[in-house]
Parts: sequence; structure tokens; C-alpha cells
Amino acid sequence: MIEIKNLHKSYRTGTNALHVLKGIDFSVKEGELVAIMGSSGSGKSTLLNILGMLDEADEGSYTLDDVPIKNLNEKIAAKYRNKFLGFIFQSFNLINYKTALDNVALPLYYQGIGKKERTERAYAYLEKVGLAQWATHLPNELSGGQKQRVAIARALASEPKVLLADEPTGALDTKTSYEVMNLIQEINDEGKTILIVTHEEDIAQMTKRIVHLKDGVIIDDKPVKQVRALAHV
Amino acid sequence: MFTRDKWEEIIESLSANWVRTILTALGVVWGIFILVILLAAGTGLENGIKKGFGGLATNTMFMWAQNTSKPYKGMPKGRFYNFKIEDVAALKTEIEGLKYVSPRNQLGGFGGNNNVVRGLKTGAFNVYGDYPEIIRQQPMDITSGRFLNYNDIDQKRKVAVIGQTVKTTLFDKDEKALGDYIKINGVNFQVIGTFAKKGNGGQNAEEAQKEIYVPFSAFSQAFNRANNVDWMVITADNKNSITDLKTQVFDIIKQRHTIDPSDDRAVGNFDLYKEFKKIQGLFLALNIIAFGVGILVLLSGVIGISNIMLIVVKERTKEIGIRRALGATPWTIRSQILLESVFLTIISGMVGIVFATGVLMLANFMLDNMASADIMFANPTVNIGVIAIALLILVVSGILAGLIPAQNAIKVKPVDALRTE
Ligand SMILES: Nc1ncnc2c1ncn2[C@@H]1O[C@H](COP(=O)(O)OP(=O)(O)O)[C@@H](O)[C@H]1O
Ligand SMILES: [Mg+2]
Repeated sequence: MIEIKNLHKSYRTGTNALHVLKGIDFSVKEGELVAIMGSSGSGKSTLLNILGMLDEADEGSYTLDDVPIKNLNEKIAAKYRNKFLGFIFQSFNLINYKTALDNVALPLYYQGIGKKERTERAYAYLEKVGLAQWATHLPNELSGGQKQRVAIARALASEPKVLLADEPTGALDTKTSYEVMNLIQEINDEGKTILIVTHEEDIAQMTKRIVHLKDGVIIDDKPVKQVRALAHV
Repeated sequence: MFTRDKWEEIIESLSANWVRTILTALGVVWGIFILVILLAAGTGLENGIKKGFGGLATNTMFMWAQNTSKPYKGMPKGRFYNFKIEDVAALKTEIEGLKYVSPRNQLGGFGGNNNVVRGLKTGAFNVYGDYPEIIRQQPMDITSGRFLNYNDIDQKRKVAVIGQTVKTTLFDKDEKALGDYIKINGVNFQVIGTFAKKGNGGQNAEEAQKEIYVPFSAFSQAFNRANNVDWMVITADNKNSITDLKTQVFDIIKQRHTIDPSDDRAVGNFDLYKEFKKIQGLFLALNIIAFGVGILVLLSGVIGISNIMLIVVKERTKEIGIRRALGATPWTIRSQILLESVFLTIISGMVGIVFATGVLMLANFMLDNMASADIMFANPTVNIGVIAIALLILVVSGILAGLIPAQNAIKVKPVDALRTE
């Protein structure tokens, strides 16, 4: 599903260049649930953003679902993001003046799907994350856990190949974190490929594979025995 | 591009911050309001001054004889001569492009002695010997009876068309004037018509009603003017300007009266067309100024919109980042910002136009009620063409106002946009 080779990325700030990713080789098969771990500043988000085509690597190759991702212009990148990828952010990133339903429907709007179908599909995903009765509420009327579930519904709405989650539980308390992880596990059970960036060990243990980043390289990559979140909520 | 979804997105994001949207719109509302009001004021002034001309045929000059200022062919300088009735026919046949040549003779005048009598009533009035064409050159409303015609001229009928004031001076309120007789300098004339007239060319409306028109031929006979003509009112046709034709007129007059062709003072004239042109030039200048000022005010409104859109885009950087992560293409983002800007500009422009139109209607209503003939201001309106131009300017300026913000909106990389708080 995902195949990256020799990925490099540096940031230039003024005269200094900060070499963040120093040759990452890494692949993810369909249906995997992978945690990317590492200390703060180790380049986890950078890697995920490159995988999400929100940022570009300086060097290396990236193939997503057999499509080589390179020399993208913004228009094509936008199309690929819409078609292949669903994003889940630490700070939820819902649009605050849109209702839960409209937030979930937004990726479908950018696919050019008509209003009626859009609404129906968005509603189905809200139902899936257990928030159907919150459909007409604005984000600020929802709790953190609810917001993240709306965000997950939104990420699923466009039926992407891969979900990319950057610290999805970073802003949530433990109990809510586990609820969200439970949802993510359920989605993964259905076969969706999911990558989660986290620096929390317990969250990582709920995935099926942990990749450790340090100083811009992968120092460890091993499968884990998945801890089911349901047991902890 | 103009799908319902898009409109909903636009309305939604504009209404997400009502106060700011309305404050932004105010700049353009004000700008277009000023523009429309200024243009209307220009039109109002123009209408007012045209009203002041009282419907005079403007392509017209008045011409009278003066003392010669040069000796010529044995004639001394300082000689006085008279226009003759034959001059009229000569001018008409020899010059192409003249529409009316009306010879006029006149009795009495402003502040003159009482010259008209009816029974015990008397009055001092201007009495003109005229041809029927004069009514085309100096319009008046015939309020009863009729104006002079060529039968009157040919048969030298002693008939008179009298002004409102003449009637009220010489007749009792319930007396009928038509068919009755008045005595002008001792000669009886039968009243065949009455008229009302607006003041024109600086003459006030009151004075304009104190006139009596009689046939030129009857006038000459009754008051012993032989074939002399006091002055002429000459109007050129639409294809010519009297200002261009008048030297030809003077040349013919000079030739017929043995006057040195270079004698510039022998023929006196007042060129109404030239004056009218000057005033028209003034209107043009006024309109240009109105447009200029209006556009500048509008421009400041547009810059206001552009500025606010810039702030909006900056504030929405994160939202735009989210949208791009969800698959919005740069063009989608750009067109949304542009459409928001154009939409806002047009809506506020329309509000401005509606406000201005309301104010104009009020002004018209008040002016109508004042109804004073002396106000140099009438019917301030803007025509639909001006409104259309204003709207076009609005669309263009809406696009211009949105261009930079729209470009800014997609300048930031999605990853950086998402990182902003
Ligand atoms: N846009 C940027 N410009 C400069 N430096 C950056 C930028 N984004 C990230 N960095 C730096 O790159 C390093 C890795 O960042 P990041 O990938 O966000 O780390 P993590 O998500 O693992 O905490 C950090 O030192 C961070 O300061
Ligand atoms: Mg991070």
C-alpha cells in the first residue's frame, strides 16, 4: 500500500539547515495498523505530512497504492489527498462554523458529489462513529472525544485507502483516548490501513506494529501483540 | 462554477462573521452612494439650467442692426441702417442650413409707457410683430384659441395673441378675451389666443407673460414700419451650427446694405448656441468631476474590501489548510475567495444604489413640491446606463479586490497552513 525509499527532508531556517529525515525506508501493507513513535522533534509529523502529500520530501521515492507520488502540482496533490487519504489531527481541525454533518460532508463536496448523496453518506458515517444525533451541532457544542469522532467520520467519508492520524489522542484524556482508539481499531478490523503518530506507549500498544524514529532514521520496526482498547474503556 | 453548493459556501462563510461583513460592505455602499448622488446632482443641475433656457431652440442667434463703424463706398461711418423684410428671403435662399429666419418688430418694452388699452384698463406690454415660426424658436403654451398663422400674415389681419398677465390686466376675471378687442397704440386688434410661457434666457417668468404677439405684416402697417425689421431670430437646422453659419449671414446683410465686409460692429448679435455650448462644456466637466470623485470614493471602498479579505484569508489560513487537506484544489479556494469578494461588492453596491435612489426620490418629491421656477435644479436622476456602468465597475473592482487575497490564500503550503493557530 505504502512504499517509501531513502526519504530525506531538511528544513532551512535562515542560514541553518535542519536535517529531520535522514533516509527512511519503510513500507506498509494493506490493512495494517502502524504506530510511528519517537520523542518530540524526532520527525514523526514530518514523515506523516510527506505521506499525506501535505509536504514534499527533498529526496527519495514514495509510492502509494502503486501510484508513484512525485512532482505533484497542488491540483493533483489535492485530488490524491481527497481520493487516497483521510486525515485525523491532534487538534481535530473541524471547521467551526459548519455543523458536524457538514464537516463530514466536506470531502465529498470536493469530490463533486451532489448535496443529497453527500448528506446521506455523511450521515451514515456519523452514525458509524455513534454521533448521528449530534449531526446538526456545531463543533463547539461537542466534547473533545466527540469532535475527534466527527473528524474520524470525516476522514472516512471519502473512502480513502489510508488513514493518517497525527497524535489523534494527544488532546484527550485517557478514557476518551481509549474510546477513540477503540473506534480506530474497529475501522482497522474492517480492513482500513491506518498510520498513527504517537509518543504514548499505551496507545502504540493498541496498534499492530510499532516503528521507532530517532534522529531522523528508523531505529526499530516490530510487530506487537495488539491490546484491544475495548478492554480498557 | 456557479453551483448552488458554491453559493451556500459563500453565504456561509460571509455570514460566519456578520459584523465584519457588514462593516466591510459599508465602504462600498458609501462609495456607490456618493457616485450615484454626484452623477444625479450633475444631471439635476443640467436639467435645471436647461429648464432655465425654457425650451428655446438653442441652435439660435439673435441679430440686430447697429451703426456702421467704417466708411464704405462713399458712405460715412456711423451710419444707421435697418434690416429689411427682403433680407429675410435673401438669407433663406442664399444660405443652406437655416431652419427658421424670423424677422421681428417690437413696441414698448420693459418699464415703458402704457401702450395697450381696453376700455378703462391700460397696461405697458411688449408688443411683437412676428411670423408664425417664432413659436418654434421660443416655445409657449397656447392656453386658449390659437397662435398666429400665415393667413394672418398674408391678409395683414389685426389679431393678437396675448400673455396671461396681459389678460388678467385688461380683462376681468370672468370676462372672455377671445374675440374681444384691445387697442395697441390706438389701433384695435382682436384677441385670437392666449399663452403661458416659461421665463428663458435670463428673462423672468413674470415678464414673459406680459407679451403680445401680432402678425408681422399687420404690425408694420399699423405702426408705420414700412419694410423695416428691428431684429431677427435665426435658427440653424440640426446638421449645422448657427455659430458656423453666422458669418455667412453677416456677409449677406453687409453686402445688401453696402457695409464694409470687414466692419465687425455693424451687425449686432447674441449667439445662444455658443452660450449653450459653454454651459454644456460645464456640464461635461461637472460630470467628469462627479465620476472622478465617485470612483475615488468607490475605490477606497474596494480597497477596504480587499484589506478585509486579506485579513479574512489570514484568519482562515488554518481553515484553508484543512480544506486543502480534504481535497480542495487551489482553484477551488481561489475562486471561492474571488466570488466572496465579488458577491460582497455587488451586494453592497446594490444596497448603495437602492439607498441613493431612495434619497433621489425624496429629493425629487421635495423639489416638485417647491415648484419654484427660479431653482436652477430639477429632476436629479441617473439613467439606467450609469447604473449599469456602476455595476460593471463593481464586478471588476470586486475581482480586483479579491485577487491578492485569493492568491495569498493558496500561497501558504498546506502543511504550514495547518500548523497555524
Ligand atoms: N516548517 C518547519 N520549519 C522548520 N523546522 C521545522 C518545521 N517543521 C518541523 N520542524 C522541525 O523539525 C523537527 C521535526 O518536527 P516534527 O516532525 O514536527 O517532530 P515530531 O512530530 O516528531 O514532534 C523539529 O525539530 C521541528 O522543530
Ligand atoms: Mg508532531
